[in-house]
Amino acid sequence: MSTTEATEASRAEIFDSICKLLSPFNYSGIELRPDTDISADLNIDSVTVMDFVMEVEDHFDIEIPLNVLSETRTMSDLVTVVEAGIRRSRLA
Amino acid sequence: MKDLFDKHKPIAERFERMMAMGTNAVGVTNERVLSPTRAVIGGRETILAGTNNYMGITFEPECIAAGKRALEEFGTGTTGSRIANGTYHLHRQLELDLAAFLGREHCIVFTTGYQANLGMLAGLAGPKDTIFLDADSHSSIYDGCTLSGAKLVRFRHNDANDLSKRLGRLEGEEGGRLVVLEGIYSMLGDRAPLEDFVEAKKRHGFQLLVDEAHSFGVLGTHGRGLADEAGLEQEVDFVVGTFSKSIGAIGGFGAGNHPMFDTLRYASRPYMFTASPSPSTVATANAALRRLAAEPERRVKIMKNSHRLFEGFKSLGLDLGCDTVSPVIAVKCPDEPSTIMMWNALLTGGVYVNIALPPGTPGKTCLLRCSVSAAHSDAEIDRIIALFGQVVADTHSPPMAVGL
Repeated sequence: MSTTEATEASRAEIFDSICKLLSPFNYSGIELRPDTDISADLNIDSVTVMDFVMEVEDHFDIEIPLNVLSETRTMSDLVTVVEAGIRRSRLA
Repeated sequence: MKDLFDKHKPIAERFERMMAMGTNAVGVTNERVLSPTRAVIGGRETILAGTNNYMGITFEPECIAAGKRALEEFGTGTTGSRIANGTYHLHRQLELDLAAFLGREHCIVFTTGYQANLGMLAGLAGPKDTIFLDADSHSSIYDGCTLSGAKLVRFRHNDANDLSKRLGRLEGEEGGRLVVLEGIYSMLGDRAPLEDFVEAKKRHGFQLLVDEAHSFGVLGTHGRGLADEAGLEQEVDFVVGTFSKSIGAIGGFGAGNHPMFDTLRYASRPYMFTASPSPSTVATANAALRRLAAEPERRVKIMKNSHRLFEGFKSLGLDLGCDTVSPVIAVKCPDEPSTIMMWNALLTGGVYVNIALPPGTPGKTCLLRCSVSAAHSDAEIDRIIALFGQVVADTHSPPMAVGL
């Protein structure tokens, strides 16, 4: 398996995990796609987004500072942030 | 062209829905203020149970006289910032008296409580530092953190283990680490478990700031707040407080023992780039501080009143924000429409409380938030309890008249 494939596989896994973690906050049952805007499309407020991200942090045992979060809009953005977090924690 | 107001349409619609149910709960106007616990609202004399006027000190003759004297001697405003022409000896005296009251080496006065958090946080932390803030922190803490440019890490409310976990994850990062707590949390009225956080501080090493906005004047043998009550003042590096609650004026302060503390006067933009508080404001705040120091019985009275309201609500079977008694007593309500309905009924019945709705509340709760004053009489507290009982019963009973 090439490096690219491995990365893609883990992106898909991260996406699936995030979908599971997001389901209790997805009150209107919106279908989650990479380009779904977590706050706007799911109609959840900023505090709920922060609460959801705490679940993501604990699941992956990473830290996602609020500054990073403020620039994270879509599911795909969040996958990228989690990937970076996992990479950092492996280096540490 | 895209209208800048388009993004506010959802909140405008939410506001319209609230208006359709009766009064504007976020635009209450006090037509006259009769005392620390009474005002005329909508032409009706109303008991105030949502003012944060904890010590009931707003009509103290000595404070009013000090304010009048300062107005006459120093004029209506300073027309300048503290680092230009806006420092009068009144400001310096208040800082000295506050430092003495708090038992701290240094104290800086800010123009509002909001700016005190902005000024302290943005002054202390910079882009290379990390601020760890409690999830339930007041907006002024969130905004101060953002202004600082520091890395911001939010930990679970009152959970020192969650903080420790996060400190561990970021171990070895460059820059300083500041942990921010509140003495009494403004929405639910619960206190920070300071012992647990001090334990974490010993293990991980960080500087600790406690915002005593709601606990200053209220908690502790000296009325200095939660750290005073817990006997842990030495472990707290920085204290923040406000004059708009127990002090009954407007303004705020930051205090600490760090030898470089006064550097904040040249490093903190919210301190440097705003006009200083007016002479009368500073004079009334200082007079109120003297009263707080001289009259510990006010603290006894406010806790007695808080217990009376707390027990009364408990006996009605109400679901309260927390199990410890403080002057902030929040009643949890089932949903937004019933909260608005009950708030309206309370106001019509002659009791003003705060309405608090998500996202301004923790855990998506809807709250009718009461704050107790040392100036409330037993009869006023009893009236608040009785009216809550009636309103809750009316709200939950089958709406007989509707739809007939």
